[in-house]
Amino acid sequence: MTEEILKVEHLNKFYGDWQALHDISFNLKKGEVLAILGPSGSGKSTLLRTLNGLENYKNGEIVFHGKKVQPSPKEWQAIRQKIGMVFQSYDLFPNLTVMQNILLAPTKVQKRDRAEVEQEAHHLLKRVNMDQYADTYPRELSGGQQQRVAIVRTLAMKPEVILLDEITASLDPEMVRGIEDIVKKLSENDHMTMILVTHQMNFAKRVADQVLFLEKGRIIEKTPCEQFFTEPQSERAQQFLTDMDF
Amino acid sequence: MAHSGINVLFSGSNFDRLLVGLWTSIWIAALSIIIGLLIGTIFGVLRTMPNKIIRCILRVYMEIFRILPSVVLLYLVYYILPRSLHINWPGTWMAVLAFSLWVAAEFSDIVRGALQSVPLAQKESGLALGLSKMQLFLYVLLPQAFKLELPATINLATRVIKTTSILMLISVMDVINVGQQIIEANNQKFPTGVFWVYGLIFFFYFILDYPLSVWAKSLMAKQK
Amino acid sequence: MDWTIIQQALPAYGHGFVLTVWLSLVGIIGSIIVGVIASLLQYFKTPILSQIATAYVELARNTPLLIQLFFLYYAFPVIGWRMSSITAGIIGLIFLGGGYMAEGFTGGFQGVTDSQINSGEALGMNRFQLARYVVFPQGFALSMPALAANVIFLIKETSIFTVIAIPELTNTALDLIGMYYRSNEYLLMLVIGYAIIMIPVILLLNWLERKVRYGAFGD
Ligand SMILES: Nc1ncnc2c1ncn2[C@@H]1O[C@H](COP(=O)(O)OP(=O)(O)OP(=O)(O)O)[C@@H](O)[C@H]1O
Ligand SMILES: [Mg+2]
Repeated sequence: MTEEILKVEHLNKFYGDWQALHDISFNLKKGEVLAILGPSGSGKSTLLRTLNGLENYKNGEIVFHGKKVQPSPKEWQAIRQKIGMVFQSYDLFPNLTVMQNILLAPTKVQKRDRAEVEQEAHHLLKRVNMDQYADTYPRELSGGQQQRVAIVRTLAMKPEVILLDEITASLDPEMVRGIEDIVKKLSENDHMTMILVTHQMNFAKRVADQVLFLEKGRIIEKTPCEQFFTEPQSERAQQFLTDMDF
Repeated sequence: MAHSGINVLFSGSNFDRLLVGLWTSIWIAALSIIIGLLIGTIFGVLRTMPNKIIRCILRVYMEIFRILPSVVLLYLVYYILPRSLHINWPGTWMAVLAFSLWVAAEFSDIVRGALQSVPLAQKESGLALGLSKMQLFLYVLLPQAFKLELPATINLATRVIKTTSILMLISVMDVINVGQQIIEANNQKFPTGVFWVYGLIFFFYFILDYPLSVWAKSLMAKQK
Repeated sequence: MDWTIIQQALPAYGHGFVLTVWLSLVGIIGSIIVGVIASLLQYFKTPILSQIATAYVELARNTPLLIQLFFLYYAFPVIGWRMSSITAGIIGLIFLGGGYMAEGFTGGFQGVTDSQINSGEALGMNRFQLARYVVFPQGFALSMPALAANVIFLIKETSIFTVIAIPELTNTALDLIGMYYRSNEYLLMLVIGYAIIMIPVILLLNWLERKVRYGAFGD
């Protein structure tokens, strides 16, 4: 019954002659959280980046809200306002304060009213306990704090889907939990649709509804989260979980 | 008449004379670069040593060359050598001296920077293998530094080549000086000769420097 | 060392000094403007104009100022473009410096990391917004060391103006040496003249470099 928001069909991605993604197909329902798991180099980041138009793909389709995305820069610019992405290295703009980082895209790209966005930004910053840092520069923040701001920066665009690429991977262990909590709440309270890539099985287990297991650029299985961690369908996924000490 | 100015280049032995002049510029540049790199390497290594006095002296030496234009350096050598030190060298030698000292100064800074950016772990693992300080420099640090400093060194070389254009100021028979003589001698016959002679010299410098700067740029792109 | 000689030469050096400073200033400002324009044309890959910009940058950077000046001052009059030595000097310096500055800015733009550009793109920025809000602010900060080096280089290059008899510092000294056959005093004054210009400039640039770097990246 729930609305399908994103659909990927027979997607193939090449780097030069080398194929990084093989015939990827899956779909994502509104409010669903999908975890993409798999060994290093399996193409997880590549897949996420492709879904945000940061990589071009050779053939296959990405369908957003029932409409096929034309692979043109213009179309992707529009889509990216609805599909946000947060990166492992936060990548806040170092020359702008926290607030300026957050306001930039909503006011300049989406041309929304500054005062309104600012109010919203404060509200979002409060939610992640960062409101007191609105006028601080990224360099004065810890990694975990910067990542929270990066999440807020994406949320301020009011995206319908958020892509999260190993957002806890560069953080100290004590920071990880806080970021995971934020993602968990986004799912539970806001029913945000998300795709997350992580090497932390606990994180995936806590927040994901579905798991997409990738290996060597191929989907090995797509399984409901609970089941993936208890009884994965494929041997490779089993092996992977054993290797991850899970 | 006007359009035939290009013939000035090929009348008599003009073209050959220009090439001879160019060769003078090239060997002065090449010799200065070689001598300068040798001295500069020594200075650069010394500047990473703990001795404060040596470091300070070499720093001042480098800064003096940073402050003074190469034209001024050339004239300092040109006047001070014969008049104060009573050394009478031909202009070409004086030019080599001035340029070598300048290259040494700039290169010492490049070497120092490169040596200091070789990771500490490399030094320590070298020492841990029982290398002496000298061996550490020769086999570990200098080869690694060399790779880091190559683009800057090539760029320095292009600047030396361009700077040979000021040789004419101390009457060295370089390509520009020869060019001027040709222009003056042919002024009546080829009034537009000046255009072609300077045009050709412009082109000479470009084909000497352009490949070098492309090389430096591609090395830099690789390092990124 | 003869102090009366130094005293008598002071006014002439004063003029030369002022001219060197003035020509440097005009040359540097002009170079920055030309450099910004050329690097923007290259950055946006404007058809034809960007190729022209690239050709210009390579020509300017790979030929000596001296021959550029000879062209302007001695060769151009033959085809009817006559100009004063000062005009030729300024045009030559800006021609040269514009190429160096463009190269510096382009290097800065290219130094902006892919991940910064990605995060701008992921926020839905178009090419121009990306340039305006991400690449240029960070790129100009990154190009500060090159800009500083170019400023120092251009000031020193004004000494080449002596070949077209512009009475700047170097020319003043050479004239006096030629007239009175005293070199030590006049050379000393020449060296001091450049030191007075260069030392504050170098200190100022170091300070500025640190400040811009800190403002943009915080280290
Ligand atoms: N720009 C690129 N050019 C060429 N090959 C690339 C490029 N980016 C990634 N690859 C290759 O594509 C494959 C998948 O890379 P990707 O970054 O998507 O893996 P990943 O699953 O995210 O790995 P990790 O868990 O280590 O982040 C790897 O083999 C990688 O070497
Ligand atoms: Mg990855």
